[in-house]
Amino acid sequence: MKRFFWIWSAVAVALLAYGFWQGMYVAPTEATMGPIQRIFYWHVPINIFAEISPYVNMFSSIAYLLYRGKDMHKAMIADALALASAEVTVLFVSLGLMSGILWGRPAWGIWWAWDARTTTYLLLWLLYVSYLLVRRYTSGVQAYTLAAVLSVFAGIDVPIVYKSISWWRTQHPAPVLTGDGYLDPDMKRAFAWNALAWIMWGTSLVWARYAIIRREQKIRDDAALEAMEA
Amino acid sequence: MRYLRTMLHHLQKDLRLEWRSRDAVIGILFFTLLVAVVFSMAFDPTGNPTLAREIAGGLLWVGLLFASITALNGSWDRERRNHVLDAHRMAPAAPSALFLGKALANFVFVTLVEFILAPVFVLFFNLHVLGQVWWLAAILPLGTWALVVNGTFFAALSLRTRNRQMLLPLVLFPITIPALLAMVQATTGVVTGEFEPDLWLKLLAGFDVSFTTACLLLFGAVLDAE
Repeated sequence: MKRFFWIWSAVAVALLAYGFWQGMYVAPTEATMGPIQRIFYWHVPINIFAEISPYVNMFSSIAYLLYRGKDMHKAMIADALALASAEVTVLFVSLGLMSGILWGRPAWGIWWAWDARTTTYLLLWLLYVSYLLVRRYTSGVQAYTLAAVLSVFAGIDVPIVYKSISWWRTQHPAPVLTGDGYLDPDMKRAFAWNALAWIMWGTSLVWARYAIIRREQKIRDDAALEAMEA
Repeated sequence: MRYLRTMLHHLQKDLRLEWRSRDAVIGILFFTLLVAVVFSMAFDPTGNPTLAREIAGGLLWVGLLFASITALNGSWDRERRNHVLDAHRMAPAAPSALFLGKALANFVFVTLVEFILAPVFVLFFNLHVLGQVWWLAAILPLGTWALVVNGTFFAALSLRTRNRQMLLPLVLFPITIPALLAMVQATTGVVTGEFEPDLWLKLLAGFDVSFTTACLLLFGAVLDAE
């Protein structure tokens, strides 16, 4: 399992490099926006992962709530996965917001537009920061339960983020991949490599954090056991 | 039936306690009034009636949100002091009945404050409402419920944390902002008469339904989170 993790991470890093090359040198320059559009190859994959990881967080939180009190071993696994994915969510949403801000200045003329997508994305970021704050302000088993409950609430908010683009008027570009925008095959390829690279890289980050949290849980359990025996 | 009775008992108890002390209502009322006064110093509402119309809705809701935070923080305090939560955990009654009773009581308090404050806002900001006023009959209760249902829930959640006074707004604001946006927009639509608030009302109703369900389902987990 450990070896598989290293192979996975190495492939992710190699793909990131290859995706960078594809996005920077192979994909043609976009007609209206020019080279600024290239940020799309990172902005969109990062945000795709940032929309997947909240679901991982929510489902593992639900799993925690279901296993809690029945099977503590499985519950702790679920909680470790929930915390790991929440941390990576905060990281990726931050990256997504920052790349969006960098793109917004030249493309829209303003750093930050309070349009539906950016605002709800900011909300997603706030939600997961508050999730981490709840974990910080609480201790012991309570922290896991309260955070899991909050995560379900945050998870309900994620579809609102996703749907908001159609609910509200917006100046965010319409989704190129599912909408009726046209994408050059070279652009599509560069995007696909980057999407794969970032999803793999995000996964290995969650994986690494998960392994560390599991180890911390074991150390705590061992310490508690030792204290009981002493 | 038993669920309803338990809920009504809690509601009755909270209303009676509030009737005797009137702490929460007076607190929210005065706080929101202060927010209105402070903001009317930041700009001149009489000199600029269009601006007043545009921001009055936002001010009312932001004031109510801040004021409810202070009241909600206190609303579980009594239960914690008197070990009502422990008693409820041992009782065969449904945990969400306790929550629903408390949320309804808070809803009554905040609605009461709105009935007193809405005319005061009209008076202070020299508001001349241009839209259909009857929309407010739907916006006010739906918006208040959105504030109160999540607020009551997260106040209970924050009970077990360090510096719980601090945590409630930190958790409540991000969750409630979509609803806050909807109620501010809907109210502004009514006051300025520039657009129909129906889309925002739908959003608000959807928010209320989904989060009320979530609160009812998860309150049990919060109650015995030990």
